[in-house]
Amino acid sequence: MKTVQFAAKFEYLDEIREFVGAIAREGGFSDKDVYNIQLATDEAASNIIEHAYEKISDGVLELSCGMRDDLMTIVLIDHGESFDPSEIPLPDLKADLSARKIGGLGIFLMRKLMDDVHYEVKPNNSNVLTMIKRKR
Amino acid sequence: MDITVQEFKHCDMIAVKGRVDSATAPQLAQALESANDGGKYKLVVNMSELEYMSSAGFRALLAAQRNCKRYNRGEVVLASVPERIREALELAGFTELFKTFDDPLQAVGHF
Repeated sequence: MKTVQFAAKFEYLDEIREFVGAIAREGGFSDKDVYNIQLATDEAASNIIEHAYEKISDGVLELSCGMRDDLMTIVLIDHGESFDPSEIPLPDLKADLSARKIGGLGIFLMRKLMDDVHYEVKPNNSNVLTMIKRKR
Repeated sequence: MDITVQEFKHCDMIAVKGRVDSATAPQLAQALESANDGGKYKLVVNMSELEYMSSAGFRALLAAQRNCKRYNRGEVVLASVPERIREALELAGFTELFKTFDDPLQAVGHF
């Protein structure tokens, strides 16, 4: 696993996508999968920056990523506000324009684009989000 | 990300180039809002040179669509949506909220 730390700021999303994209390409994922892995990681990092670190200006986001056999694992660790993703309501994709809510869309996309997404709050005040993508 | 606005007789075309994420989506939102502020509610978003869009961009498009469609004064349509972005929009259930056109001029002709 390769690990990099980023200041939890939106301006680093480009680098975050590049980091996972390079490992996914090297790991032999298709262009479509590489895009989707980058999108899922962007959504995860954006949520951390926007919500977990909402009240913290110097937050750090630790991103680890690696391939093992046909599985790519991406781990994002933050030390901000914890949240329970299962409490975030799924967006109603059939709602009409006026009723459509955008909240929860990032988590929805992460779940759809990756094979497994799980979230764990560790006792040392760190939140660990793990996403797995299988190469087909 | 780079935005250029081109005025047509019956609509404005907003061409979005590069990558739209949480860092750059506010610029897209602002471009759409300033069109609305100028009384323009018929908008073509030209995505032919768009490389990437996250849900932050979807959110900007949704807000603009709501504002444009109010009082039946117009709508936002999408043109030349790249395949990867179209797939993500579809997954998010957004393709039902926007008319899409393969060609930007075809989209302009819609108005």
